[in-house]
Amino acid sequence: MDLSTTYLGLRLKNPLVPSSSPLTASLDSIRRLEDAGASAVVLHSLFEEQLTHEAAALDHHLSAGTESFAESLTYFPKPEEFRLGPEEYLEHIRKAKSAVRIPVIASLNGVTVGGWTEYARQMQQAGADALELNVYYVATNPSLTSQAVEALYVDILAAVKRVVSIPVAMKLSPFFSATGAMCRRLDEAGADGLVLFNRFYQPDIDLEKLEVFPNLVLSTPHEMRLPLRWIAILYTQVKASLAATTGVATAHDVLKLVMAGADVTQLCSVLLRKGPGELKVILDELTTWMRDHEYESLAQMKGSMSQRAVADPAAFERANYMKVLASYA
Amino acid sequence: MSKRRMVTIDGNQAAAHVAHALSEVIAIYPITPSSPMGEWSDEWSAGGRANLWGTIPHVIEMQSEGGACASVHGAATTGALTCTFTASQGLLLMIPTMFKMAGELLPTVFHITARTVATHALSIFGDHSDVMACRSTGFGMLASGSVQEAMDLALVSHAATLESRVPFMHFFDGFRTSHEVQKIEELTLEDMRAMLNAEALAAHRARALTPDRPMLRGTAQNPDVFFQARETVNPFYRDCPAVVQRVMDRFAEVVGRSYHLFDYVGAPDAERVIVLMGSGAEVAHEAVEALNSRGAKVGVVKVRLYRPWAPAALLAAIPPTVKAVAVLDRTKEPGAAGEPLYKDVLSAFGEAVASGQRTGLPRIVGGRYGLSSKEFTPAMVKGVLDNLAAATPKNHFTIGIHEDVTHSSLPYDPKFSTEDPGVVRALFYGLGADGTVGANKNSIKIIGEDTPNYAQGYFVYDSKKAGSMTVSHLRFGPKPIRSSYLITEANFVACHNWAFLERYDMLSSALPGAVFLLNTPYPASETWDKLPFEVQQQIIAKKLKLYAIDGYKVAKDTGMGGRVNTIMQTCFFAISGILPKDQAITAIKNAIKKEYGRKGEEVVKKNWAAVDQTLDNLHEIPVPARATSTLHVRPPVPEEAPAFVKEVLGPMMVFRGDELPTSKLPSDGTFPTHTTRWEKRNIGIEIPVWDADTCVQCGKCALVCPHAAIRMKAYDPALLKDAPAGFKSKKYIGKELEGCVVTVQVAPEDCTGCGVCVEACPAKNKRETRLKAINMEFQPPIRERERANYAFFLDLPEVDRQKVKVNTVKGSQFLQPLFEYSGACSGCGETPYIKLLTQLFGDRAIIANATGCSSIYGGNLPTAPWVVNKDGRGPAWCNSLFEDNAEFGLGYRLTLDKHAEYARELLTRLRDTLGGDLADALLKAPQKTDADIAAQRERVAALKKKLAGQTSTEARSLLELADVLVKKSVWIVGGDGWAYDIGYGGLDHVLATGRNVNVLVLDTEVYSNTGGQCSKSTPRGAVAKFAAGGKPMNKKDMALIAMTYGNIYVAKVAMGANDQQTVKAFIEAEAYDGPSLIIAYSHCIAHGINMRLGLDTQKKAVESGHFPLLRFNPELAAAGQNPLQLDSRKPSLRYEDFAYEQTRFKMLTKSKPEDARVLLQLGQQDALQRWRMYEQLATLFAPASGENATAGGNGH
Repeated sequence: MDLSTTYLGLRLKNPLVPSSSPLTASLDSIRRLEDAGASAVVLHSLFEEQLTHEAAALDHHLSAGTESFAESLTYFPKPEEFRLGPEEYLEHIRKAKSAVRIPVIASLNGVTVGGWTEYARQMQQAGADALELNVYYVATNPSLTSQAVEALYVDILAAVKRVVSIPVAMKLSPFFSATGAMCRRLDEAGADGLVLFNRFYQPDIDLEKLEVFPNLVLSTPHEMRLPLRWIAILYTQVKASLAATTGVATAHDVLKLVMAGADVTQLCSVLLRKGPGELKVILDELTTWMRDHEYESLAQMKGSMSQRAVADPAAFERANYMKVLASYA
Repeated sequence: MSKRRMVTIDGNQAAAHVAHALSEVIAIYPITPSSPMGEWSDEWSAGGRANLWGTIPHVIEMQSEGGACASVHGAATTGALTCTFTASQGLLLMIPTMFKMAGELLPTVFHITARTVATHALSIFGDHSDVMACRSTGFGMLASGSVQEAMDLALVSHAATLESRVPFMHFFDGFRTSHEVQKIEELTLEDMRAMLNAEALAAHRARALTPDRPMLRGTAQNPDVFFQARETVNPFYRDCPAVVQRVMDRFAEVVGRSYHLFDYVGAPDAERVIVLMGSGAEVAHEAVEALNSRGAKVGVVKVRLYRPWAPAALLAAIPPTVKAVAVLDRTKEPGAAGEPLYKDVLSAFGEAVASGQRTGLPRIVGGRYGLSSKEFTPAMVKGVLDNLAAATPKNHFTIGIHEDVTHSSLPYDPKFSTEDPGVVRALFYGLGADGTVGANKNSIKIIGEDTPNYAQGYFVYDSKKAGSMTVSHLRFGPKPIRSSYLITEANFVACHNWAFLERYDMLSSALPGAVFLLNTPYPASETWDKLPFEVQQQIIAKKLKLYAIDGYKVAKDTGMGGRVNTIMQTCFFAISGILPKDQAITAIKNAIKKEYGRKGEEVVKKNWAAVDQTLDNLHEIPVPARATSTLHVRPPVPEEAPAFVKEVLGPMMVFRGDELPTSKLPSDGTFPTHTTRWEKRNIGIEIPVWDADTCVQCGKCALVCPHAAIRMKAYDPALLKDAPAGFKSKKYIGKELEGCVVTVQVAPEDCTGCGVCVEACPAKNKRETRLKAINMEFQPPIRERERANYAFFLDLPEVDRQKVKVNTVKGSQFLQPLFEYSGACSGCGETPYIKLLTQLFGDRAIIANATGCSSIYGGNLPTAPWVVNKDGRGPAWCNSLFEDNAEFGLGYRLTLDKHAEYARELLTRLRDTLGGDLADALLKAPQKTDADIAAQRERVAALKKKLAGQTSTEARSLLELADVLVKKSVWIVGGDGWAYDIGYGGLDHVLATGRNVNVLVLDTEVYSNTGGQCSKSTPRGAVAKFAAGGKPMNKKDMALIAMTYGNIYVAKVAMGANDQQTVKAFIEAEAYDGPSLIIAYSHCIAHGINMRLGLDTQKKAVESGHFPLLRFNPELAAAGQNPLQLDSRKPSLRYEDFAYEQTRFKMLTKSKPEDARVLLQLGQQDALQRWRMYEQLATLFAPASGENATAGGNGH
């Protein structure tokens, strides 16, 4: 069975790519993911903000209370140097590259233009096969217009593209007024791939403590419907590769997304729940299903259920909404 | 030979530079002011710096100075090049081994920052009382007087000890030299190689104890040979001075600087000569040159080699024209014929006359100067020389103080100055937290390294850990600077904190026409009018140039927070013009890059931004002709303070303690308590304000407040009729005090603004959940209102302790804290435990306090935080030493037990006279509860009344001892450095005596007071000094060790995790009639945490299993129950979530990520393992059904 696919110009043996998560932060689990059949991995994200915050916190706490009292002029030894930049992450890329044969995609979350470009360049130097720009951005400022937010995405992409030669994918949120147009803009600005969609952690309220707390909930299968719709719509409308992420848990999910037009499917929650070995289960089921349904290759089915290819294109549009409502009547 | 470079460093670094390069084994123990030498050595070795022979010295931290010295002894015995660093009582702990080392002719060098030995008081500052106490050990003694000499003579010592086989103390003045920053020439490895005698080294190694050449050393000898054998060392001591001079001569050849056993400076035909050693000799050098240039004929002898004493060399150094000699000792030997150097000089002359080498004696007098870093200035040198010119010079004098009890002090004219007009002198008054000192250290480096100028910096700190003031004294000039005394005539004065203006006189040190730079929170146009009248007057009278900048604003705008350091530093360079402006800015930026570069680019950038924004915000303020301000400098203490506070403590509070005469001070170190209340430091920028409607009256805010600055009272609502407007109250919730109202009140001028209370408050405002029942507000606008409220609150009657449940958090917090407003860090994790102790037992508590943070905030003058209640009772407190605290506290118990026993015997003997009922009641009183204690106090009062008129010896004795019949509570308090390390042997013994003492270990898991050195309590993976790579070993489990005795009450508490358990543990420990040990987890600034969230860290320590809570009560075992109760649950939090919120763990992930990962995993295992072990122990201790436990009980 030919499960191969091309994503970001990289020839992959199948469409199962573990997404950026704690699993890809450890070399051991990256090896296990490869063993279970992953065709590439997206490393956990390097957060520029976290690096900046850690440096500031270290500076603050190492100097707090010093030079105040004659007996305790300092409280800590002074190491020759701290590794406060992305060194550890870059080292992780290098180690991952030498540990596995599958492509390694680095993931970057920046906050400044300097951070985006400099770290991207260093990631390429460290051996990353491609980059995923994780623009994890919640536009909370009410005076910031949608144009400005959209420009931010395009500017970041353009800046990074200028300094690297490896393929660059943009991981997007679904919260655009015109998602299709936005994707096309990025496509035109040179994005080699679009990863649909980012999933924001939503805050929750603790009623006893009367506190807001970030509540990390793993994704559920119905959440794959959102990327499914947009991939089906975008298929052939953009040159960029399409990766589906969020809610991909079974071989059926993978099939649906590939049929909608996805080049790869990124998996996270299912692997966190069941372990890297689940990849093999999905892969087996995928093969079995395709064999049972007499498919020869993944390429054969790719986009076969995209908006362009289906009998009822309106099913991906607003009319669909009317139908769903009617089904409850 | 490589070129020597100029470096700008302090004396400690200078000495350590040589010591590290010339050692193979360095064993140390931290003690101020020598600790940095050990820390440098450790850092250098950790960073891979090799010694002269290309191998990295082993640096080991020991459990005490005694331990360090013994290890040095062992290392030297086996042929290592070895050294140590110490001071004060630490050096004294080494004395027993020093005799051994000298007796065995083992080469070593002890580099000593000479520090005051604690007598009537501890002092961390400098004098020679420690080294002088070691005169008889047989160690050689070499004295350095400056930073350059500290490096040069360190090398001479190492070379001389090898060649002479005499071990050496190389000492320099604590703080004045150890912490003075100077531009000096750094010795190279080639210099050191040229100085070290390779044959002597080979010989030392050949003498090493080894089974390859078996031999015996350290024998026991008998009367037949000991004496003769003791005299065998004579040739070594006879030859040693010549060896030292030979080494000094070689040094002169190699390096170019010339030293002699005694160096004379002054007129070749001098008639009056001073003899002294240490940094004072540099001052005398400066003074003598100035006086001679004005026509005097005076001189100074700088003593370099003090032991072995070389009288001939001394006499040869003094001009034959001398008529009078003054010998100055920086030590005091009460009861001696004179101080040691004086007597040695006297005997040198005397022996010379007696043996016919001299025909007559000059007048020779001796005097004391500079104890505990008391200033020693050229004016005092002149005073001493003037005394020599008198017809009958005063002998056994003191200089530099007003000793008006036995009138030993010499007069001197403080206005006499030898300051070089070519030297720029600058004074900077900063707040500890604002980074002033760090920036000034950088400025000295910039000037020292970017200009041909010489530079000197010295830094003065105050006695408080929170909100402390620092004064930086900086000198720059074209010639080497010998002025090892504070600046009193400054060309430049900078005040970095506006609040100082109303409190301290900063301008008395400003020269006419000097610059006054002010950090102002006001716009430039308003600044003048906001100055106090007295400050305006001084500015006008001295024609000062006034510059101002709103440094706070620049700092805020550039993300610097409260650190105005680089901003004020930039102003200094801009105004002083010591470097061209552009060059100065570049130099500052380079210095920032060097200092902060390792902390990341962002930190550098924000500092650079601060520099760039500074000049636009700096303004010269026009000075009007007249002072018009209506604001005034406030008196140090309020009018209503007692006379002693006003006359003695007040001047000390405003740094005028130097002016106090001897007669004002107590002769035995005994001071009144309850004096912090007079300070009103106003250091809290924000303070908590109570919202009565939201409050649930849980008492947590009062419990956790480190400074007793938020309190709770319940009282009769009728009392509110006199309350100031705005005084808040609320109906009491609960049964005990039904009908009362409650007020939670903040002490606005004593609060440090840490915010711990707000974090502890569990109540939330239902309309706006960000608000709690206490909320932080900007202090200045509410200061007056809250001051009135607090005064009214304090006057309200205290709650009757018999009416509240003292064993609950809420109940305990209605009790008056008898520990308040200490100088501890803002947000301190230790002090809430001590405060709780005083609330529960303070009116009958007697405390033995180990040296450390708790002895500093508990007993560092000027003021004492211990409170006297309305009955005149309160905690009585004393600090003996660091190492002996448990034994010291046991001594209290022994006295109390003996006196109680005797009093009871007397009661029995006098039963008939006193009345059987009273005597029996006194003898049988249970004294378990507060009510019992109150009843016994009444009985004792009745007893005293009956005894008052009686004249028999027994009756008089009973009257003297009657108070002991009321149960006293003995508390032995200290930190983990004491309990786990230096005091552990004693503590173990005291606990094993079974006596009724209560031990409170404030466990910060690190030496907090001396600046973050590793202790055996430090957890695995935490970074501390001497564990720069993360501590590899697990934390010692003191509780487990103590439990093995079976008859010790043991508790582990963490207020932030379970405050109720903490209160219970204190009550049970105190009630237990035997030894009790409470180990209290105390978060600390040395953990690198947000101190406001300290309680949260405590909670995480417990939830992660790092610090399980438990109580082990032998009384339960005696009653057949399980004595071990685990008070916390199975670990529910990852160890990582506890550890990585703290810089002490987190920083390792940034310096050694791989090691950090391994240590974190091990730390996690430790936590789980610890829990499992306790869980199993709890089952093991549980008695089988039907079994009667026999454990417990104290057999005394």
